[in-house]
Amino acid sequence: MAAVQETVDRVRRIDVDQYRYGFETLIESDKAPKGLSEDTVRFISAKKNEPAWMLEWRLEAYRRWLTMTEPKWARVNYPKIDYQDLYYYAAPKAKKTVSSLDEIDPEILKTYEKLGIPLREVEVLEGVVRPEGEEGSGQRKIAVDAVFDSVSVATTFQKELKKAGVIFMPISEAIREHPELVKKYLGSVVPTSDNYFATLNSAVFSDGSFVYVPPGVRCPMELSTYFRINERNTGQFERTLIIADKGAYVSYLEGCTAPQRDENQLHAAVVELVTLDDAEIKYSTVQNWYPGNSEGVGGIYNFVTKRGDCRGNNSKISWTQVETGSAITWKYPSCILRGDNSRGEFYSVAISNGHQQVDSGTKMIHLGKNTTSRIISKGIAAGVSQNTYRGLVTAHRKATGARNFTACDSLLIGDKCGAHTVPYVEAKNSSALFEHEATTSKISEDVLFYCVQRGLTQEEAVGLVVNGFVKDVLQQLPMEFAVEAQKLISISLEGSVG
Amino acid sequence: MNLVLAKTETGRALNDIFDVARDRLPGGGKVADARRQAFEVYERAGLPHRRIEDWKYTDLRALMREVLPPAATPDAATVKRAGSALKPHAIAGARRLVLVDGVFAPQLSDTGDFEQGLSVRTLREVLEAGDAALQAQLLSPASSDPMVALNSAMMTDGLVIEVADGTALKQPLHIVHIATAAHPVAMFTRSLLKLGKSAGATLVESYIGADGVKTYQVHDSLLLTVDDGARLDHVRLVEDGREAFNICAAVVTLGAHAHYNIFGMTSGGNLSRYHAVIAVAGEHSRVETSGVNLLNGRQHADTTLFLDHAVPNGTSREVFRAVVDDRGHSVFQGRIIVRPQAQKTDARMMTRALLLSDDAEADNKPELEIFADDVVCGHGATTGALDESLLFYLRARGLSEKEAQALLIQAFVGEAIEQIASDDLRGLAMSAAERWLAARS
Repeated sequence: MAAVQETVDRVRRIDVDQYRYGFETLIESDKAPKGLSEDTVRFISAKKNEPAWMLEWRLEAYRRWLTMTEPKWARVNYPKIDYQDLYYYAAPKAKKTVSSLDEIDPEILKTYEKLGIPLREVEVLEGVVRPEGEEGSGQRKIAVDAVFDSVSVATTFQKELKKAGVIFMPISEAIREHPELVKKYLGSVVPTSDNYFATLNSAVFSDGSFVYVPPGVRCPMELSTYFRINERNTGQFERTLIIADKGAYVSYLEGCTAPQRDENQLHAAVVELVTLDDAEIKYSTVQNWYPGNSEGVGGIYNFVTKRGDCRGNNSKISWTQVETGSAITWKYPSCILRGDNSRGEFYSVAISNGHQQVDSGTKMIHLGKNTTSRIISKGIAAGVSQNTYRGLVTAHRKATGARNFTACDSLLIGDKCGAHTVPYVEAKNSSALFEHEATTSKISEDVLFYCVQRGLTQEEAVGLVVNGFVKDVLQQLPMEFAVEAQKLISISLEGSVG
Repeated sequence: MNLVLAKTETGRALNDIFDVARDRLPGGGKVADARRQAFEVYERAGLPHRRIEDWKYTDLRALMREVLPPAATPDAATVKRAGSALKPHAIAGARRLVLVDGVFAPQLSDTGDFEQGLSVRTLREVLEAGDAALQAQLLSPASSDPMVALNSAMMTDGLVIEVADGTALKQPLHIVHIATAAHPVAMFTRSLLKLGKSAGATLVESYIGADGVKTYQVHDSLLLTVDDGARLDHVRLVEDGREAFNICAAVVTLGAHAHYNIFGMTSGGNLSRYHAVIAVAGEHSRVETSGVNLLNGRQHADTTLFLDHAVPNGTSREVFRAVVDDRGHSVFQGRIIVRPQAQKTDARMMTRALLLSDDAEADNKPELEIFADDVVCGHGATTGALDESLLFYLRARGLSEKEAQALLIQAFVGEAIEQIASDDLRGLAMSAAERWLAARS
């Protein structure tokens, strides 16, 4: 008991208030009027110079949204959101179009420096850029499409990607430059009528990333986007669309931090992934929005719809997430396993501390033959937080040979928090083979005693155990992210991770 | 929701039935008031449907459609028919208590030679003349579930059994629900078993239909209180007719150092639902629940367990198996909640489903809700077909396909049946499973 008590005390001392990324950048921004109406939707569409079909698409979603009600089934509590009291669009005022990073507002660049994103450094994180053909040397290149508030302000590595034929650009540009691709795939995985928050996003999404990897191309670098919410009272509504054409492969990394705020901020993103025959998408997230202070005031409301569609045979989609931030997380990255022999994966670490509420999980929908899926979910609850895993595994009548393995484990630190598991396992096909297991426990006294006896401090011992607990998931992350994720885990749970 | 629009034809018909029946239903004063309130609750909610989370996989609006009118009081001929249906289900050495069409039938029951410390009365007696405390207990189940509310409003009869402190009953109690009705009717029953401190009892419940019985509905609820140091062994066998609907709810409360072992098997009925709420309210108590669904044709069986650990040092085990053939549909929802003060709880749940046909469906929803940190909780769920290599092994040794399957199924359900503590009851459950397997081949 002593070890845990010590941990609890330390977590309390360190406190979630010490949110490292809590700072605000003072730059002018161009806002839509407060509130949501058809005019707001038109304003956003006009700001983006969108074609008429896109505006129509948005308006249809908006009208649909008016008829919907906010979902209440998740195990999260928050005061009613006044959707008329939010700004739906904020963009840093454009001075002029930029051709190099030097022309970007130095304030913005400073923000990224504080975040530790070396935009101004060489175009790589950790390592040296090697000429092409030396991929195997261990250092990989990363392209950063930085979303500052709602508009992408800088895109690096464009040229190199262009050479490979990969389209990687803000979605607002893609709507103008590649309307045929956007028209074909946008809303085909998450329809505009999907759910309350996805519909809202469809109406007012400001920007996001668009990736298209042509047939047979292995994207030459990891693609990454850093999201940042900056303007007070601005909901951030990203829309990401990634398409891997036949035989293509892409790994996409997404990381978030947000400055400290007293008012709650709404974040309702939609991410759509499409893989055609033999294609693969690996989507990794490190989420660290502001979780609110020690009283549970402030913090981001994170209502995200993420879904991948394994449309082609032998395709694969893999979700990896490390969730450490947000006051409320409502997020279920899912896979629709439509193509025969397709595979879905979900690896998740969800850490909740302070007053955070996490309701996260996945859906694996087996439609094609011989489809397989794997779910590894690790929940760690500390403070007075609530951490819920909610998952669905279902096999359609025609999903012969469907296989799923699910393991969700929860670790409780302190006696005021809660960890919950709500799995739905539905088999409509006799050849489907589903296995599900879940455990909930605290760190075993025996294990701690064993470590301490061998000369580790209590802190080191707890750190060792927690690291071991989440290892299965962290090793799925690309190297650069694994390092960042480990840092985030120690920030969120300092005191338990030595 | 607009109440006027929500009320269907059958809803109105039921309302009329309640109006007519309520004067004949046992109990006046407070009981009658409680009935009326419960009926209002039911009327507002109507039959549960898939949008209500607890009923997600068992949509009564689609599957049952309506509540049938209550059965008439059985006459002598009916009781005779029931008597002949009873024979194959008789348990040697047990004290038999029979409810025919929802009414206690003393002619078919063992009403003499009560052991010291055992008291058996009918629900009708207690509601009409019993003491207020007992009445209040009988009316205690929360009517948040519309089907429980309906049962509270309409209950006609049942058994109220009390076992005094320190009494360990030698003779098992066997409650048999028999339906005989020739035309579609519903039965509304409620029973209560109170075990005093350090008491012990064995309870077997059977649900059967007489020969030639058509559609009927069983609406039953059972209240069990197991006081400090008491032990209850409980077996339920649902072997209703193939057109029957069986909607049962159980509320179990355990004191300290109590032990409750329950096994349920559903092999009959068209649609059956068993919703048990087991509250561990005393420390160092142990709950063992196990169950088997054996389904074929278009049968639908739903077992929903809610295990509530409210105090420290509780232990619970749940073992559930489903074998589903043809177009059968098995549902298992198990929820374990460990409340903040329930430290040192040890709760495990394992549910497995075996699908024998491509049209069969098994849905599992094992839930954990943990608010205390010093606990060991886990659950597992698997779904799959019979192992081809095992079948091949048995076939290679000269067994027919059916025999090989039967052997493997028997072993599969055996894992749940083994959880039954008493040898006699285990034999009873095994033979019920064998009856199902024999009928299959």
